[in-house]
Amino acid sequence: MKFTWFNLMPWPYLPDDFREKHRSVWVDIDSRLFDAEKSHEVYNTYMDLLEYAGELGFDAIGVNEHHQNGYGIMPSPNIIAAGLARRTKDVALVVLGNSIALYNPPVRVAEEFAMLDCISGGRLVAGFPVGTSMDTNYCYGQIPALTREKYQEAHDLIIKAWREPDPFAWNGRYTKLRHVNIWPRPVQKPNPPIHIPGGGSVETYDFCIDNTYSYSYLSFSGYIRGKALMQGYWDRVAARNAPDTSPYRAGFAQTICVADTDSEAERLYSEHVSYFYNRCLHVYGGFADAPGYRTIKTIQTGALSQYTPPLEGFSNLTWKDLIEGGHIIAGGPETVRQRMEHMIKGLRVGNVFCLMHVGNMPKEKAMYSTQLFAEKVIPKLRNIFPDYADDGRFWCKPMKTQVKAGSLPRAEDAARLARA
Amino acid sequence: MELKTIQTSRVPVRYFEGGSGKPLVFLHGAGGILPSDKFLDKLAQKYHVYAPLLPGYGDSQECASLRDMLDFTLHTMDVVEALKLKDPILAGHSMGGMIAAEMAAITHNDFSRLALIASAGLWLDEHPVPDLFATLPFELPPILFHDVEMGTKLLTAGLSLSDPDFLKVFLVFNARQMGTAGKLLFPVPDRGLSERLYRIKAKTLVIWGASDKLFPPAYGEAFKKGIRGAELMLIPKAGHMITLEQPDELVTALASLG
Repeated sequence: MKFTWFNLMPWPYLPDDFREKHRSVWVDIDSRLFDAEKSHEVYNTYMDLLEYAGELGFDAIGVNEHHQNGYGIMPSPNIIAAGLARRTKDVALVVLGNSIALYNPPVRVAEEFAMLDCISGGRLVAGFPVGTSMDTNYCYGQIPALTREKYQEAHDLIIKAWREPDPFAWNGRYTKLRHVNIWPRPVQKPNPPIHIPGGGSVETYDFCIDNTYSYSYLSFSGYIRGKALMQGYWDRVAARNAPDTSPYRAGFAQTICVADTDSEAERLYSEHVSYFYNRCLHVYGGFADAPGYRTIKTIQTGALSQYTPPLEGFSNLTWKDLIEGGHIIAGGPETVRQRMEHMIKGLRVGNVFCLMHVGNMPKEKAMYSTQLFAEKVIPKLRNIFPDYADDGRFWCKPMKTQVKAGSLPRAEDAARLARA
Repeated sequence: MELKTIQTSRVPVRYFEGGSGKPLVFLHGAGGILPSDKFLDKLAQKYHVYAPLLPGYGDSQECASLRDMLDFTLHTMDVVEALKLKDPILAGHSMGGMIAAEMAAITHNDFSRLALIASAGLWLDEHPVPDLFATLPFELPPILFHDVEMGTKLLTAGLSLSDPDFLKVFLVFNARQMGTAGKLLFPVPDRGLSERLYRIKAKTLVIWGASDKLFPPAYGEAFKKGIRGAELMLIPKAGHMITLEQPDELVTALASLG
């Protein structure tokens, strides 16, 4: 199993009446709710928490990309990942990911990911999302019906830019470059492992299966509602005659809160979970899905209604509802272990993206929950898929010897060493 | 009106044909042609009407190779040619007006009469156009109609978006039509037409609903200003969907094109 401690980086100061007074947490969120001076501490605390998780035995720490979004103040995950690369060692950096259809030219992503792979010593897991409609279409103006074609071309260009040793010309429909020859090149050859976050598009399933990329479903609705979608993926894996059904072909994001007991979990975390599900997920319906963004084939598979949020929204869901509905996995270590095992086996996922800082959770609670999960839950879940223990195709291959920040000699020794 | 098919070199195209008189090509807007639309029937009482559906509209086949403004413009010229029409009256509503204006600008010797009805294609910073692609169905009528109550009936009659089966049909329909429209209109409905309007030689009639809230009449003024000799006619008690709200006045207005 691979456990990634993931931070969405929610803005923790949305007002109590956010739902009533504001139409959306995303795209046209009121900029006056952002306080740059407060964000200074928020960003640094969030990065500290990621680094903390990296020291506790998580396999990876993870970041992602959202734009104009109150629950994800991370339009550039690469900036955060660069900071993390400097102050961590051994732990993988999952950047899930860069929405490659948005960058012009897309070789920018090939370059920045190569930089991250070099700075981190081969610890990058590279994510290539098509991007949500809110980010890709409404914030970044991509034409919905052409987004997938542009994404595909960007992917092909990035992969070739990583793999092709000699300069080449790229005459694409969306990008034309006479001299593609990126510097630097990634440490991991021929390229870092690739994870593709998806939301149920059949095309994305096939794309992952055909390229040996890991498919990950990043939802906030939890494992019970995620079942239909992941089953759709595994059915597709079988239908396309993939050579194996390695659980590492799949990943899933899950909100997790651990305390000493079930009742302590409710007492400590329910307020923050409620903040996330009620305020952070308050997205105006008109921004959910630009017409043309999903293909007809995907709409026709009919799975859509099963994983769209309930029509009445999340606001009526109590702590009990959220637990019984599987939106969150929370409780004492044994409760969490049982549910995690149920989730991992039920969805057949080797990669779990653990959403452990939830909503406006203060750092002490995030640390407490993270620590309990790392010490009392992860060790018991490690070997759920022993047959695939050696499947390294979907994970990074760090350099044996890594340096990190602070490798300079002492200042008072510099002159002597320079002259030596 | 009869629904027929004509083959172009790219794709089979569905089109309505009916009536007799001077040939008139009508290009529909982003919403396509609704079953409740009586405008074509009324038009057919005076003209020989040809109303092609863009690929992806109604029951017509999609065409992935249509991506940008030039593709759609050339495609529609292909349709006119396939129909063997010489200098028909060219009329377009909203997105259809945008395509008609492009055709009249690019092949400016081929079209001598042009009607732009609440046409898309320009952008005025002082009048930002509402984002139809981020508008929920129930929010549409106040934007599209002068008479909101009647407009709501026209758009929602018999529909329920909470019925999963209908929702699926609706999503497919919407993805096909608005997905196609997005290629010309998303995220900002401007593909540079303002820089080409000077080429239009056709006698041009710009027709606008006086209470159009999608493209307010200032857009009509901008078309009039950009096209040499163009005439602007405002139709009272009409919003953006003039074709549905005031079809008789619209047909009457077109008569001045000759």
